[in-house]
Amino acid sequence: MPERITFARALNAAMRDAMAEDDKVLVFGEDVGKLGGVFRVTDGLQAEFGADRCFDTPLAESGIVGFAVGMSMTGFKPVVEMQFDAFAYPAFEQITSHVAKLRNRTRGALGVPMVIRVPYAGGIGGVEHHCDSSEAYYAHTPGLKVVTPATVEDAYSLLREAIADPDPVVFMEPKKLYWSTAEVSLPVQGEPFGRAVVRRPGRDATLMAYGPTVPVALEAAEAAVDEGWDLEVIDLRTIVPFDDVTVAESVRRTGRCVVLQEAQGFAGVAGEIAARVQERCFHSLHAPVLRVTGFDIPYPAPKLEHTHLPSVDRVLDAVARLQWDDVPDDRFVAGGQALAGQGAA
Amino acid sequence: MTSTLLPPAGLGGEVAALLPRPVPVQLLDPDGRLTPDEQYDVPETEALVEMYRRMVIGRRFDVQATALTRQGRLAVYPSSRGQEACQVAGVMAVKPTDWVFPTYRESMALVTRGIDPDKVLTLLRGDWHCGYDPVAERTAPQCTPLATQTLHAAGLAYGERRQGRDTVALAFIGDGATSEGDFHEAMNFAGVYKSPVVLLVQNNEYAISVPLSQQTAAPALAYKGIGYGVRSEQVDGNDPVAMLSVLRVAVEHARSGGGPFLVEAHTYRMEAHTNADDATRYRDDAEVAGWSGKDPVLRLERYLRSVGALDDSAVESIAAETESLAADVRARLNADVDVEPLELFEHVYATPTSQLVEQREQVAAELAAEAESADAPSPVRDHAVLHTRADDPPARDHAVLHAAASEAKQEER
Repeated sequence: MPERITFARALNAAMRDAMAEDDKVLVFGEDVGKLGGVFRVTDGLQAEFGADRCFDTPLAESGIVGFAVGMSMTGFKPVVEMQFDAFAYPAFEQITSHVAKLRNRTRGALGVPMVIRVPYAGGIGGVEHHCDSSEAYYAHTPGLKVVTPATVEDAYSLLREAIADPDPVVFMEPKKLYWSTAEVSLPVQGEPFGRAVVRRPGRDATLMAYGPTVPVALEAAEAAVDEGWDLEVIDLRTIVPFDDVTVAESVRRTGRCVVLQEAQGFAGVAGEIAARVQERCFHSLHAPVLRVTGFDIPYPAPKLEHTHLPSVDRVLDAVARLQWDDVPDDRFVAGGQALAGQGAA
Repeated sequence: MTSTLLPPAGLGGEVAALLPRPVPVQLLDPDGRLTPDEQYDVPETEALVEMYRRMVIGRRFDVQATALTRQGRLAVYPSSRGQEACQVAGVMAVKPTDWVFPTYRESMALVTRGIDPDKVLTLLRGDWHCGYDPVAERTAPQCTPLATQTLHAAGLAYGERRQGRDTVALAFIGDGATSEGDFHEAMNFAGVYKSPVVLLVQNNEYAISVPLSQQTAAPALAYKGIGYGVRSEQVDGNDPVAMLSVLRVAVEHARSGGGPFLVEAHTYRMEAHTNADDATRYRDDAEVAGWSGKDPVLRLERYLRSVGALDDSAVESIAAETESLAADVRARLNADVDVEPLELFEHVYATPTSQLVEQREQVAAELAAEAESADAPSPVRDHAVLHTRADDPPARDHAVLHAAASEAKQEER
């Protein structure tokens, strides 16, 4: 029976179902117990499964992840919450030096499967240190899987898969989507890790998006119809593992590509995607691959975030620059040097 | 055992029960004479004889490993000579079913743990990272990022207890690592969750070159436990009898549900930080010589001889056993080990991603091209033969690989 639920509720249901199925699955972190998490994503789990299965920890992120490493070594499956993106930074050493590397360091003898849930990105009027897009740090670290759902169904399906995965997963939850809703029948199983999904088929150009930029891309594609463009939208779903096949297949068909990312552009995931697309699709491309990203600035204060965030208009501007008339992009040649700015990072 | 003496009632009593002694516990003076103690027992003589044997083996192993760095057989070796009492007591105080979390300086402890010396040195000879199976040995990989493993130990110990097992986790760390946040987070977590974990701080006076006085203003590192509700003790780390006695109490405290226990061992690193370090830049010979007089191996030997538990023939027999072990380590470390480039891609994920599969195929093709060019008489071939020894600079090897690969590409076309 389909039911209209929020993205946050779907995540909650995924943890609940995983905990009911396997008593080795534990949920812990800051305020996840009685309070149910600051975003209520763990709401009711302690009441249902007890304080042994869902518990509050001391306020120390490195401690949470390092403790989870030891718990994982004894056969538990920790699902830990980092309260906000930027608050996960104290855990960075544990994540990059141990969580990501233990399987490799021990020649496969000791993996530490766990899920590190990171509410990330902005668009919710959050003050500083609450809105970072930190996915590139994790995606750049071999040994981690980096997953970011954009739909209510994927929130459930990808989190269930993350909990079942034999490798550690950094599970990045776009905060602004927590309150989005959809009609779904749980449990639902979507495409597995490593499969990007075409959210909207189109012929003229491909918009690549993940997490918080997927709704932006879809909205842009609808708006583009008025301009006469039929845009395809791809939701990457998992940054690692990355689906080169679906991505390249789409761009070979459309011949044009814009990559969206909310994070600051320089050295980001969008740059990696653009490079992969041109490596694989060079002879199919009618225009350079463009990026629409956040600016190369620390995440701005709430009253300025709308200027920073990739918008439908910026996406459409980028699409307009895809050399439809075979005219070179003057943003990159004016004055003999590239102009700074979105899509030109 | 008198360690179960009840503390006085009230908060002051609770605090007193957690605090270390103001002076490090010592059961054996530097001359090998027993100094009676009302709280800590002298372990049975049989265990002390075994401890002596393991310390002698450990020291010989350490000296051998240092020698192997000079012959280029080990990339680097951090010696723990002088810290034998800590290395051996830690391992002897736990059961084989307990878990040990070592740092890079614990090679001697790992040998004491019964791990094949060849596998202990895998990391340092550069064949791979961890050479032994941590699950089979119940010993975590030697940890380089300081203090990070103390959290793993706290988590594992808690996880074991949650599953009804009486496992204790013993984590080794050094004095410098007590400045790291993870050490404090580990004590805090262990205290809150009553993790059966023993944190053994080997205070060897130096964090590479930085002396303890610049590391902390605490009266002793053992006082860092009280802030986390962690029972603590400080010990003469060059006194093997006190080390084994206190660690046994610590392990029993953890195993019986008392929660974590912090032990600070006052010892000294007789060698430089590693063979690549020059200790003369930051400490003088007189200081090192002073510590020679507190040698833990000699101290235990004197004591065991004085009680008739050790004589010349026993000492000689242990020395002979030790020499044959050293010869075995020498022989095995002098043999080349094949490394397999394609294994690079095997243990990143449980199943390699498609990108890793592609990268493995690329390296496989490069290796095949290299092998093919080595078979064919060409300038590239001579070059390859000349420059594929393990001691060649990587850049040259890379150039050879590259040349071979381009040649193969040319042939394909």
